[in-house]
Amino acid sequence: MTDKLAIETKDLTKNYGKVTVVDRLNFHVRENEVFGLLGPNGAGKTTTILMLLGLAEPASGTVRVFDFNPTREPLKIKRIVGYLPEEVGFYDNLTARENLRFIADLNNIDLAETERRIDEVLEMMGLTEERDMVTSKFSRGMRQRLGIADVLIKQPKLVIFDEPTSGLDPSGINQILDIIAGLPKMGTTVLLSSHQLYQVQRVCQSVGILSKGKMVIEGGIDELGREAMAGGRFIIEVETAEPKAELVDIIKKIKGVDKVEADGTTLKISTDSDLRSQISRTVVDNDALLVQMKVHEFSLDDIYMKYFKEN
Amino acid sequence: MLAIVRKELADYFNSIRFLVLFLLALVASVFGLYAVHQGIRAALETSGAVTKSGFVFLALFTSSFQNIPSLTFSLGLVIPIVGIALGFDAINSERTGGTLSRLLAQPVYRDSVINGKFLAGIITMTIMIGTTLLLVAGYGLRMIGVPPTAVEIIRLFLYLVITVVYGAFWMGLAMLFSVVFRRAAGSLLLPIALFLVFYFFWVMLGLGPAIANSLAPVGESATLEAQIQNAELQQTLLRLSPSYLFQEAYYVLLVPVAKGLGIITRAQAMYMVPNPLSLGQSLLAIWPHFVGLVSLSAICFAISYIIFMKQEIRPT
Repeated sequence: MTDKLAIETKDLTKNYGKVTVVDRLNFHVRENEVFGLLGPNGAGKTTTILMLLGLAEPASGTVRVFDFNPTREPLKIKRIVGYLPEEVGFYDNLTARENLRFIADLNNIDLAETERRIDEVLEMMGLTEERDMVTSKFSRGMRQRLGIADVLIKQPKLVIFDEPTSGLDPSGINQILDIIAGLPKMGTTVLLSSHQLYQVQRVCQSVGILSKGKMVIEGGIDELGREAMAGGRFIIEVETAEPKAELVDIIKKIKGVDKVEADGTTLKISTDSDLRSQISRTVVDNDALLVQMKVHEFSLDDIYMKYFKEN
Repeated sequence: MLAIVRKELADYFNSIRFLVLFLLALVASVFGLYAVHQGIRAALETSGAVTKSGFVFLALFTSSFQNIPSLTFSLGLVIPIVGIALGFDAINSERTGGTLSRLLAQPVYRDSVINGKFLAGIITMTIMIGTTLLLVAGYGLRMIGVPPTAVEIIRLFLYLVITVVYGAFWMGLAMLFSVVFRRAAGSLLLPIALFLVFYFFWVMLGLGPAIANSLAPVGESATLEAQIQNAELQQTLLRLSPSYLFQEAYYVLLVPVAKGLGIITRAQAMYMVPNPLSLGQSLLAIWPHFVGLVSLSAICFAISYIIFMKQEIRPT
């Protein structure tokens, strides 16, 4: 991960008639990371993506993709950005190879290089066997993989996936997520739009949650949970075999501890920083028989649900 | 854009649609040849000027026999259908197939998509019509044994050009509807309906002249001025139809004995010299028609272009 930005938006806004679909959106994606763009259906994810590619024009605000302006220089962006739309379509009368060849032709890749890359991406996607099959006979999963092959053929610096796993079976989903997670190693930044929380959590380093066209929260998944759920604090859970009432008060005296809640055998301790070592010493010193102790990790579900309950 | 032209051409030539259309054109040419076989002698004899001036070869394309139409007439029917068939699903099939957003995510200008498809359609039509004309010319040559003169070849070539332009108009119209309508059914039916209106109702069934008659009625004892006014109005109204423009244009091109397109009174006709119009004069007579057809295609193309550029490219 570097600090150079692949995508940066400032107050990006888009209206359809009187409806504001994207509302003063600000977010950025660093190079070589997998960024998850989350949000329920109709949150403005696809519209945002279309504006990144210059396929839709922003009403106001700015977008920079690798420092290019999509409205002014769409071709420069499309040369280095791959886009896999949600409902990817192929020319059904052509074979997988011919479909890819056409895309390579549109990207001005020379013939020998085209064949080499086609073999490479088809092998990567496990479609070598089906390369001369017409795409009308492809299954949903195969189409999706061919879609990724199609995006990768131009060796993009940034790939935008719009719901790449919708309609796939679990093994298909895993396969695609593995591919996506491996892309940053090849020097490709990924923007993954989805409403599948666990998938995003699995592959993304950073996420942004969109709701009604606004970015409600943005950041790395771990810090995001603490920010959102605990006001930036750590929640440390301590389970003891023999809970003692006075232990709560003793722990409260540790510097940095904010709040302690007892719940049966478990203590929920809210702290400013990771105080596990001090807390464990205190517990042991008080003969409370420590069973286990962990920092509570917030799943994306928690974060997501919190925001959508509020709205 | 070349990549798109290449792909569209490959698509057209591999498609059943192309095969069917080509067969249609071939049927038209077989009909035409049959008419020629039966009727060319009579046609040449009745119009002495043709034989005198040596435009025998062109008669291959324009002779009809009783109910069997001439090749030019049949082609005039087939060409709009070919144009519509090539253009009606140009954009909306990409849209419904989900390929449009994928295509436009590639480094191509949006207009290249439309331009490429239009160009590929024109190339396809040129090949189709050119082949048909060559087939008829070749077989006709065997049949009548009179080789074409240089002027006849030029006239035939110009006929090819204007036929392609006429086809391009219908293709442009169909493409316009394919941009506007999401479903191919709509973009197929509307241009066909327009073709029926402009060709069958307006020209063949005489809706245009009928309107002219009601606007500028001529009775039994109408003056010459009234009659001329009526005739001019009829012609003007008829010329609103691109099909009529095309008919007039190819008639002047291929039947050089025709004296321009104005209205000639019987008194004037008596003084006419029965010799054919020179190529330059024929061209001059149909220049407005040619410009009209080209600009009609250009307008259709421009409108679809503007709409397409402003359209939202949403997947699904």
